[in-house]
Formats: sequence, C-alpha cells, structure tokens
Amino acid sequence: MDERTLDAIIARHDAPAGKLLGILGDIQNQEGYIPREALEMLSDKLGVRLSHLYSLATFYSYFSLKPVGDHVITVCMGTACHVKGAPRILEALEGMLGVECETTEDGKFSVTTDDNKFTLEIARCFGACSMAPVLRIDGNLYGYAAAEDLPAILAEYGWKG
Amino acid sequence: MKIRTAADLEAKKQAGLRKLQPGKPRIAVGLATCGKAVGGAKVYERLHEIIGTESPEIDLSLVGCIGYCCEEPLVNITLPGKPLVILHRVTADDADEIVRAVEEGGVPEGKALCRIPSWDHVTGCTLTYGEGFERIIPAYKDVPFFSHQKKVVLRNAGLINPEDIDEYIAVGGYAAAQKALTGMNPDAIIEEVEMSGLRGRGGAGFPTGLKWRITRDAKTDKKYIICNADEGDPGAYMNRNEMESDPHMLIEGMIIGAYAMGAAEGLIYIRAEYPLAIRRLGIAIGQAREYGLLGEEVFGTGFSFDIGIATGAGAFVCGESTALVASIEGRAGRPHPRPPRLTDIGGGLFGYPTDLNNVETWCNVPVIISNGSDWYARIGAKGNSGTKVFSLVGKVDRVGLVEVPLGTSLNTIVFEIGNGGAGGKKVKAVQTGGPSGGCIPMRLFDTPVDYESLNRVGSIMGSGGLVVMDEDTEMVDIARYFINFATTESCGKCVPCREGLKHTLLLLNKILAKKATKKDLETLADLSETIAATSLCGLGQTAPNPVLTTLAYFREEYDALVGP
Repeated sequence: MDERTLDAIIARHDAPAGKLLGILGDIQNQEGYIPREALEMLSDKLGVRLSHLYSLATFYSYFSLKPVGDHVITVCMGTACHVKGAPRILEALEGMLGVECETTEDGKFSVTTDDNKFTLEIARCFGACSMAPVLRIDGNLYGYAAAEDLPAILAEYGWKG
Repeated sequence: MKIRTAADLEAKKQAGLRKLQPGKPRIAVGLATCGKAVGGAKVYERLHEIIGTESPEIDLSLVGCIGYCCEEPLVNITLPGKPLVILHRVTADDADEIVRAVEEGGVPEGKALCRIPSWDHVTGCTLTYGEGFERIIPAYKDVPFFSHQKKVVLRNAGLINPEDIDEYIAVGGYAAAQKALTGMNPDAIIEEVEMSGLRGRGGAGFPTGLKWRITRDAKTDKKYIICNADEGDPGAYMNRNEMESDPHMLIEGMIIGAYAMGAAEGLIYIRAEYPLAIRRLGIAIGQAREYGLLGEEVFGTGFSFDIGIATGAGAFVCGESTALVASIEGRAGRPHPRPPRLTDIGGGLFGYPTDLNNVETWCNVPVIISNGSDWYARIGAKGNSGTKVFSLVGKVDRVGLVEVPLGTSLNTIVFEIGNGGAGGKKVKAVQTGGPSGGCIPMRLFDTPVDYESLNRVGSIMGSGGLVVMDEDTEMVDIARYFINFATTESCGKCVPCREGLKHTLLLLNKILAKKATKKDLETLADLSETIAATSLCGLGQTAPNPVLTTLAYFREEYDALVGP
C-alpha cells in the first residue's frame, strides 16, 4: 500500500469516534489483509504506538495480518450455516484446493494455496442466514451452497481441478 | 430544500407518493443482501435493459426485503388502480415475460405470490392500491407465512425504496420527529416511551424510557447516543434487514431520542460485514442532512444533531456496552466492570454520558410517538409490549424474517409461520438468543416468546435469532459449536471465561470422541455453572447456556456418547 492511498484513507476518517477501526477496516478491504508496512506508516502518521495497532489487528477477527491470494473464499460458519452443513462445505473446499484447516492462536483461520491463487477463510456470520449454507468469493455471495456445486463455482475464478 | 414546516413535509410526502403510485406501472425489485445473493441484482439489470430500450413508460425501482427470504428474489408490480402484486422466485429470464404482461395491463400470474389491495404503514398512513386479481392471486393476509405476523418495525420493508427519503416521508416518515421536536418537550417524549413499555431489543430487555431518563438527567455539557448495529449473533440478521430496507426509520428514532436526552451527536456502530447496510445508511444520512433533518437547526428549531458511522470489526464481545465504547474509541473491546455505566459521567464514550440502544429499539421509537404509548402498549403481552422481529432460520420449511407480537408462542412461529421442519423432517428444538441463549425442546414450544418466559426455560430473548434444529441435528455438536464460538470470542480478560470455556470445549471434544465418562458430564455441569456465576461480563455469564440447556433437555444424547 503506497503512502498516498493510506493518506486518502486517513482523510476519510477525521472524526475521533470509530477512527482507528475505520482506517484498519479500509486497509483490510482494499488489500485483503493488513500489510506490516501499512501499520508502520499509520503508526508514524497518527502518533499511535505500533503495538497498539497490532493489538487491534489481532483482537478483531475482521482483520488479518496474513497476505491473501488472488481470490478469497470465505465460508460462513454462522449457526444456520452450521446446522445446514457448512463444515462439509469447508472440508470439500479444503480437498479441492489441497489445503488443510489451520486455526491460529487467536481463532482466526486463513490458508492460501501454494500457487497463491486462492485463500480459504471462515467468517462468523454474514447475516445471510436465510440461504444457508453461504459462501463468498471476492465479495460475491453464493447461497444454498452444496458440495457438488463447488467445482462449477470455483471454475468461474480459474480453478482447474 | 430544508424541511421546516408541516407544509414542507407535506410537499415531500406528495412527491414521494407520486413515486410509489406514479399513475403508470411501477416495477420494484427486492434488493436487500438476501435478494441480491440469489440473483435479484441480475433481475434488476435485465429489467433495466428491457425497460430502458422498449418500455420507457414503466417505472423501475428497488425496494428492501419483505422478509419472505426463501421465496427470493421478489419483485413488486404496481399497476394504477390494481393491487400491488408480489412475484416470487423471479429470475433474469422472467424479465421479458414480466414487462410484456405489465405492458398489457396485467401481471405474470404464474409468478405471483400474493396481492396487496391496501397497506397500513402504521404511522397514520394507509396506501390504497386497488382491486383486481381476486380469483387468481391469494391475498397477502391469506398467505400462511404472513397471516400470523404483525408488521410494526417492518411496516415499510419491501414496499419502499430505502435509498429514497421521499418514499419514507410518503408513508408517514419523519412526521413523528417533527411532532416531537416542534410540539413536545423532552420530558413528555421520555414519558411516552416509558409508558409504551418498550424494552431493549438487543436482548436484555432493559426499559428504554428509563435508560433515556437516566441519560437525560446526567448533568454535563455533552452527551452521546449510540445505535448498536454490530449484530454479532450468528444466525441473526434482523438488524441488517431493518437498515437495508428502511434506514430512515432508524435515523428518525435517533433524532427523537437525541432531542429527548439532549445529545448533539449520535453514532451508529455497525459491523464491517454489512457493506450494503453501511452504504444505505450513508445515503440516508446524506439525504436527511440535505432536508435539514440532521445537522444544524433540525426542522428549523434550535436543536442540532448529527449522526456518524463507526464500523466494528468482528468481535462478538463488543455487544457488551463497555467493550463497544472501547472499540469506538479505538481500543480492543475488553469490558470493564460496571459501574461506571455508560450513562454515568466518566463512563460513556470519551467519558461523556452515553445512551446505547439496539437498532430495533430505535426503530420502535417513531411509531410510539406518532401513534401514542397507549396504542403501542396494547400490542404484545403484559410487561412485554410491542412486536419483535425474529430471523427464523435453520431446518425450517419457510425461512425468513418474521415480526410477531411479544408473547406469541414458539409453536405459532415454528409451525404456523415456518410450516415445521424442512423436507418433512421432525423438528427437535429451537435455539434462541445466539451463543448466549439456549436450545428449547419441542415439548416446550407452547412457551410464549417474551423476555421472562424464555429465561424460565434457560434461554434468552437475545437479539432475535431463532435457529430450528431437526431430528438430524446432534445437540452435543451444537453445544460444542457455541462453546467453540464463545471460546474464540472471549476477550481473555477474566479467568472463568478465558480458561473455563477452553476446558468446556476440551470436555465437549472428549465427549464427542466417545472418550468421556459420566464423571466428565458432572464436571461439565459444574464448570458451566461456575463460569456463569463468576464471569466478568455478559459474554461469559451466558456462554454456558447452550451446554446447560442441552444437558437439561437432551441428556440422553450426552449419555449415549459417554462410558460409565
């Protein structure tokens, strides 16, 4: 993330209420994760200790410090999705992408394929419970997901099996 | 143009009515997140293409969601003098047929879900559409999913364009705020809210009027009001739809509250996972400023008030008030013991007294002011007045958002509105209140849904998630699911929650691996009671509920998994 982009993000959050989380959220949305150099620049610009920004980035599950691949697949693990088979969707995706579930100390789960094409992660709940189970790829929601539909969906994003 | 007088508001109302009933055909596509996820946006695009090139005499618009989510995408058709007709399960391929039918003065009957001859928007405004299609399309009130519902909070959802303030004003919007600011003193407003019996819709059920009075009585030069729109309960999406479908209702509630409590600044704390709700709130706030309903001298009075948006970042514990404030201030959301409470000097946002209410609580305010507390108090049950919106999801046949008077039984919600288990399966339980709630077995489905009755069966109202479980759902797995959730969401500050939940999870894993003994079940129960009794905040105090209720009601499922 270059300095000008970061300055533009900071400028959007001039009110003190919600400022730090708002800035981090915008960085996360833009980059797909929060790069270390962005945190360092932010620390300098705002005069906020790097350790404090780090504590926010690790406390809140929306933020990730790990780089992501070209396409981000997020599986909703909300209650409605859980009872309608979200764990099986996640397993099927792991199998298709050849990656394995890996939960970090802070409960975040995110894993990227070796070719850097796909990142697989989970979310607490999208609030799209009526069409459970749900997954999201790069901002597009897919409702009523079934394991057998996954190859066709992933093919839209260049998955070749 | 700024709205100052009743005549100004009336002019906007007429402009809005001309959009809702334009004197020519109007097609409006349901475009909340749920509609979009199943192809609503594609339907809109295709209709836009056809109408743009071939049928400019048809108005195309968008609306929010009326709540019948399993029938999405929904499309509304308004023909002059005819009932509003809602089409269901519409795809982009249907667009041609829809436009052809509308051009010929009809609707594609095979796609019709129901007809609405007239609609009571509750705040003193009933829109009459017309008669027709009686023999071929069922009336709204005869559709089982709708017939047991009472729409108060969702009175406009799915019927007006949430991105157009004129349409909200057309159906009686902002009249309550004008009445409050120009004709009532703050005490009278608070008294009205107190007498309505409105209680916090975030789940705890604290009397809203009392909270307002405490905030009003705090003697400081500055106060804040906050709307909690973090909706962290997995399996709940009422607030998302309220904001996506009718954002001005929330803003109007906050304007009235701010005036009553004497606050000049309001904040909506909303989860980052709701981009469409954030966008629509942003649009709505901009429109309200343009009309002089936010900013300096609201409605031309001496009162000034504005609303900002602060985004959350996925921390369930931020539903706890002190953690929520810490989050807005740019810190990790770790609760501190109360007092000081948010309403105390030194306890709220940046140290100022702060009133915090849930989205749906705010949304109830305009209708209380416009229709009066007597009217409101007659809805629902004693001590539990008004309606509540629930997200009826999981393994139920008809999935969606339902609004019923408090005191309605679980039976009515799950079986009459939801039509029982999906795919003919037998319903086993319903989970209310999210990770803080409990699993209620079917034999207790005559329980009325109110704050106290749900507590008596070991659960809580919570924000309104109702997740139905059927015969295939394993209740011990459900308990583990919630404990896993609570473990990762524990802020780590107090030992009972941080360590206790971790060990609860280990015990549940051991049980599910069939390696546990009867002694482990005793330990599980003891540990759960200790966590509930000794945790610092509501997250820890309520986190064992899913374990305690499944142990109480589905003990045989645990017994089947453990050795002697």
